[in-house]
Amino acid sequence: MSTLRLRNLRKYYGDVEVIKGVDLDINDRDFVVFVGPSGCGKSTLLRMIAGLEEISDGELMIDGERVNDVPPAERGLAMVFQSYALYPHMTVRDNMGFALRLAGASKADRNAKVLEAARVLQLEEYLDRKPGALSGGQRQRVAIGRAIVRDPKVFLFDEPLSNLDAALRVQMRIELARLHDELDATMIYVTHDQIEAMTLADKIVVLQRGIIEQAGTPLELYHHPENLFVAGFIGSPKMNFLVAKVVATDEDGVTVALANRDEIKVDVAPGQVKQGEALTLGVRPEHLKVADRGDISGEVLVAERLGGETYLYTQVTDGVMLVVHADGENPTRVHDQVNVAIDGRVCHLFKEDGSAVRRARRHPLADIKDPTTAAA
Amino acid sequence: MNRKLRSKLIISLVAWMAAALLFFPIFWMLITGFKTEVEAVSTPPSLFFEPTLENYAAVQERADYLKFAFNSIVISVGATILALLLAVPASYAMAFFPTKRTRPTLLWMLSTKMLPPVGVLVPIYLIFRDLGLIDTRFGLIVIYALMNLPIIVWMLYTFFKEVPKDILEAGRMDGARPGQEVVHLLMPLSLPGIASTALLSIIICWNEAFWSLNLTTASAAPLTAFIASFSAPEGLFWAKLSAASTMAIAPILVFGWLSQKQLVRGLTFGAVK
Repeated sequence: MSTLRLRNLRKYYGDVEVIKGVDLDINDRDFVVFVGPSGCGKSTLLRMIAGLEEISDGELMIDGERVNDVPPAERGLAMVFQSYALYPHMTVRDNMGFALRLAGASKADRNAKVLEAARVLQLEEYLDRKPGALSGGQRQRVAIGRAIVRDPKVFLFDEPLSNLDAALRVQMRIELARLHDELDATMIYVTHDQIEAMTLADKIVVLQRGIIEQAGTPLELYHHPENLFVAGFIGSPKMNFLVAKVVATDEDGVTVALANRDEIKVDVAPGQVKQGEALTLGVRPEHLKVADRGDISGEVLVAERLGGETYLYTQVTDGVMLVVHADGENPTRVHDQVNVAIDGRVCHLFKEDGSAVRRARRHPLADIKDPTTAAA
Repeated sequence: MNRKLRSKLIISLVAWMAAALLFFPIFWMLITGFKTEVEAVSTPPSLFFEPTLENYAAVQERADYLKFAFNSIVISVGATILALLLAVPASYAMAFFPTKRTRPTLLWMLSTKMLPPVGVLVPIYLIFRDLGLIDTRFGLIVIYALMNLPIIVWMLYTFFKEVPKDILEAGRMDGARPGQEVVHLLMPLSLPGIASTALLSIIICWNEAFWSLNLTTASAAPLTAFIASFSAPEGLFWAKLSAASTMAIAPILVFGWLSQKQLVRGLTFGAVK
């Protein structure tokens, strides 16, 4: 069992507050991913949990015990660094066994644990090499192995895949998901790559400027973003935003008018907005359709053809750029005029302060647990 | 002749001339040691002469070279070890846990090197006298270590800065205490830098004359004092002085020659990357 409780965690550098009161519960065996733009404090938060950064204020509890002032190694955590941070003067074997050596484990014990980790990570034949003689992916595995050997309560990953090339990143991502399943351990993972976040996480924590914008399952964040920031951050290409105005409200939704006066009925829970209120309508590219008769029309400026799918960057009224998802067979050319149909059932509405208008129905997949295990 | 080749030629020529200029006094000292006293002071100086070992015999007769050499070794090595023991933790702290005052502290340390040593001769002499450190090897070890400390801290600080912080943090996550971090990670990773720093320190200590002349008389005197003892008040004996100097600098020259690769690497560290 290993659970983490973050209570009003704060970090100051001089007068600058970089973590502004974070509350978070991490359950046993969760795979939690911190995402956010650079400088949002996600790495700092991880380093505070690790014990590499002092906690200025608030409480960090591991298994119900306050560990604010406990040194890193005694918190029972292991960390995998972005730069791998292997000890260049030691062999792979010694790298992985270093923590055990410091802890005074016997040589036989050390060897057994290192071998076991090497087996899990398929590193057996590299045990006597030094890190300099390994490829990037192998180094990454050694870094993970070093963490596994310590048998920690919680694994911490600080952007572990960002130094790998694209193909290797995909492979390591799958390996990490498998590892989480096999080790059955609690993991906290920092990344700016939202594909990593979506595919690996049980729970995604979106951070911006030192505060948690939203925490939830990947599909919860995708289908029920609580604010404009999360809506724009999760999903790729990002959600389109259009200016809208409430023209009518009733029991099963709100009707809004776009800048071009086209009206769309959006399924939101009643009683949240007033007639005439200015809102932002959010709709994901994959929920837009090129149609003969659309709600909005514009000129295609860029067509990104990925083979299986196509993204049409379409300029509609007033310089607003709408990204529209189409299938790979779509024949639309640059400078073509297209009509785009908007399905009100999958649209999001946001108030002027950025907060989301609650939707009428919860998405059926928003609360499924453990997508990593399901995928593995 | 093309321009590239010509400029290369000129550069080589200048370099050789500079090297000859620097080497000449050493060369002159070397040959003077093998001349008779009369030949040594003759004008014009004689380049061709019958080499003699009489000066070396005379020098050895007057003073026990080995005793001075032993003192030099003990003091240079001892002072270097003492300075490293102090400087490694200091540089570690400055390189990896910097505060607002780290930079000013470093500059202040360096500024102490700008003070002429003679300025503190009297207080140091009095302190040494009261502590009974005059003419002791330990006394010289302490003063040499302090003298070199700023340079050693600066050099180590630069070398330690090159070690990625992540590696030490990984060590901390693995349970290394600060001392273990230094011994198991930082020192092995910056060993070339530590070695060049130590070499430089040994050479500086070996050649130091001011403090050794003023703070020693006989039992703790190193080779620099040995040389000086041949410029006697009853007159200069150039040939014997040269022979003594040759004997004094020979070990460190050989030592420097053998370690020159390491030394150059250390001294140009950071300049070329």
